[in-house]
Amino acid sequence: MTTPRRSSPPAGVPLAEPDPAPASTRLVDRAQYGLAAFLVLAGGYVLLDALGLEDGFADQPVQPYTLPYFVGGVLVLLGILLAIATARGDRPEAEEGEDIDLTQGTDVRTVGLLALVLIANIALIDVLGWAITGALVFAGSAIVLGSRNWVRDIAVGVALSVGSWYGFYVGLGIPIPAGILDGVL
Amino acid sequence: MDLLLDGFQTALTPENLLFAALGVLLGTAVGVLPGIGPAMTLALLLPVTYSVGADSAIIMFAGIYYGGMYGGSTTSILLNTPGESSSVITAIEGNKMAKAGRAAQALATAAIGSFVAGSIATALLWIVTPQVADIVVTLGSPSYFALMVLALFAVTAVLGASKLRGFIALFLGLAIGLVGTSTGQARLTFGQPLLADGIDIVVVAVALFAIGEALWVAAHLRRKPLEIIPVGEPWMSRDDWGRSWRPWLRGTAYGFPFGALPAGGAELPTFLSYATEKRLSKHPEEFGKGAIEGVAGPEAANNASAAGTLVPLLALGLPTTATAAIMLVALQGYGFQTGPTLMDDHPDLVWGLLASLFVANALLLVLNLPMAPLWAKLLRIPRPYLYAGILFFASLGAYSVNFQAFDLALLLVIGVLGFFMRRFGIPVLPLIIGVILGPKLEEQLTTALQISQGDVSTLWSEPVAVVVYVVIALLLLAMAVTGLRRPAPAEPAAAATNDEKELVER
Repeated sequence: MTTPRRSSPPAGVPLAEPDPAPASTRLVDRAQYGLAAFLVLAGGYVLLDALGLEDGFADQPVQPYTLPYFVGGVLVLLGILLAIATARGDRPEAEEGEDIDLTQGTDVRTVGLLALVLIANIALIDVLGWAITGALVFAGSAIVLGSRNWVRDIAVGVALSVGSWYGFYVGLGIPIPAGILDGVL
Repeated sequence: MDLLLDGFQTALTPENLLFAALGVLLGTAVGVLPGIGPAMTLALLLPVTYSVGADSAIIMFAGIYYGGMYGGSTTSILLNTPGESSSVITAIEGNKMAKAGRAAQALATAAIGSFVAGSIATALLWIVTPQVADIVVTLGSPSYFALMVLALFAVTAVLGASKLRGFIALFLGLAIGLVGTSTGQARLTFGQPLLADGIDIVVVAVALFAIGEALWVAAHLRRKPLEIIPVGEPWMSRDDWGRSWRPWLRGTAYGFPFGALPAGGAELPTFLSYATEKRLSKHPEEFGKGAIEGVAGPEAANNASAAGTLVPLLALGLPTTATAAIMLVALQGYGFQTGPTLMDDHPDLVWGLLASLFVANALLLVLNLPMAPLWAKLLRIPRPYLYAGILFFASLGAYSVNFQAFDLALLLVIGVLGFFMRRFGIPVLPLIIGVILGPKLEEQLTTALQISQGDVSTLWSEPVAVVVYVVIALLLLAMAVTGLRRPAPAEPAAAATNDEKELVER
């Protein structure tokens, strides 16, 4: 069942307000206008970027900006087409899967928290090293996804991250940057 | 022939056999996990193969490939939820069999059918691939350019429900493929020197398949557990064998040619096989309620088609399925220039791969039939751990490319893109193929025009190129005709708009 559902807009992407109306299959999926806008913006940026490119060398028959102009132009066009299709009642078939229950709305909180876990990993990995942040990724995600056994979550996470560190180091001879544990591992 | 024997010699050393077995086990274990299809299995396990030498890596990879596909069909049969569109039929008919208490037979006919189809298709690969490659090498850049356009077009427009969404995915992929300084000037790098070499395809693939999927599932996690059918060791009675062997062969006959076309796709042959078996069956009434022919035929077609996709992949460097796309990434990761010259430049490698596909396929049967009950247990893994594990290994995979936090940031950004693609029903495959083929397309165009000194008419100067453009034009025409024939959906759609306006006005 595809009903207009709440979606958390990523930074810089204007998504239409979520439609609070009750599930009626006749409603237009207004969030899709957000996707159309994103396509126009992305295409526009590709065009803008292409404008800044200079002519290639004499032996370059295909100018560096040829393909970007084409790709950017088509992206803008597709965005407009999608907006028209949306207005005419086109609605997406959201992807289904083994563990997916589409009868309920989007769980924005879980997705947001998972993204935070991944952002924390990005911010900390250079300082703390994979052996620590990897455990954080696993334990954090498991807890966000509803695991309630904190001790076990962290234990499994540490086992995985330290195990993968040594797996890379001993098995493959590749030292993953160790961060603050440099010398300890 | 000598090359093939050499290939087997490489594949059959004890060390490489071990890697093949390891690959099969890893592939099955990951592939059987719910929510992980063959393509994601390959993407997640790719970093593992980078660790060993190129020939061992490829043999291990072949094992992962077949293991992942077999694991996927196990999940389909026991959970009634296909991991890929090509296993829809297996899911429908196989799950019906499982519910009727014939899970063991469904798994057995899928496994043995996959083996039969895989073996025949691999043997066909030995014959077809070198011949196609011989022809392809004689083609010039214009023809090659045309073939790439055809592959992109077919993957985008022929497969999938919504053409518009297919093209959206394709052009997003082409835009991502533009990033970098391959033309001597920085394109779309946002002034970021780390983007100068472009975005690593491993990062794109892992982000789209693993992060996008995990986020999407997290947003819709099923709170009630799925019904899992207990299973013993797979076996078949004499009657089951009698009903299975013809569908296996017919499925193979459907699957291989469809896979080998540069348009690819395993959906069509599986559907065709299902329809054929239903028509030929002595028990048509069982179809839809768990007919063994309905599992045997489509599963064989699926596997044969998957092997068939290796023809355009190895001979042309054109991937036509998500799995093949990851495979191409892997070959490039091992440092090989994919494309028409691959067979000539690295015959040892290609034949090693072709031989190890055979070995992996046989190992799969030997290892997996007795282990089916164990694999079925994996379906019970707690979901928080499953998806936390996916995020963990996806992060590790992306980080291990360059050991830069920047790649993890890219992983997240493209993962969020993957999430929204799933939300808006945009297919992932055209995007990933756009990322891979976009730069190659530009390269071929440049080569063609360099040779002709800028004369554009060179693009249709070769007969093969002309034929390919005619095919594309015919496909476009067919699309336009079917589009015009179906004005019906537009009307309720217009009504929907009116309804909505009314709602808004009220």
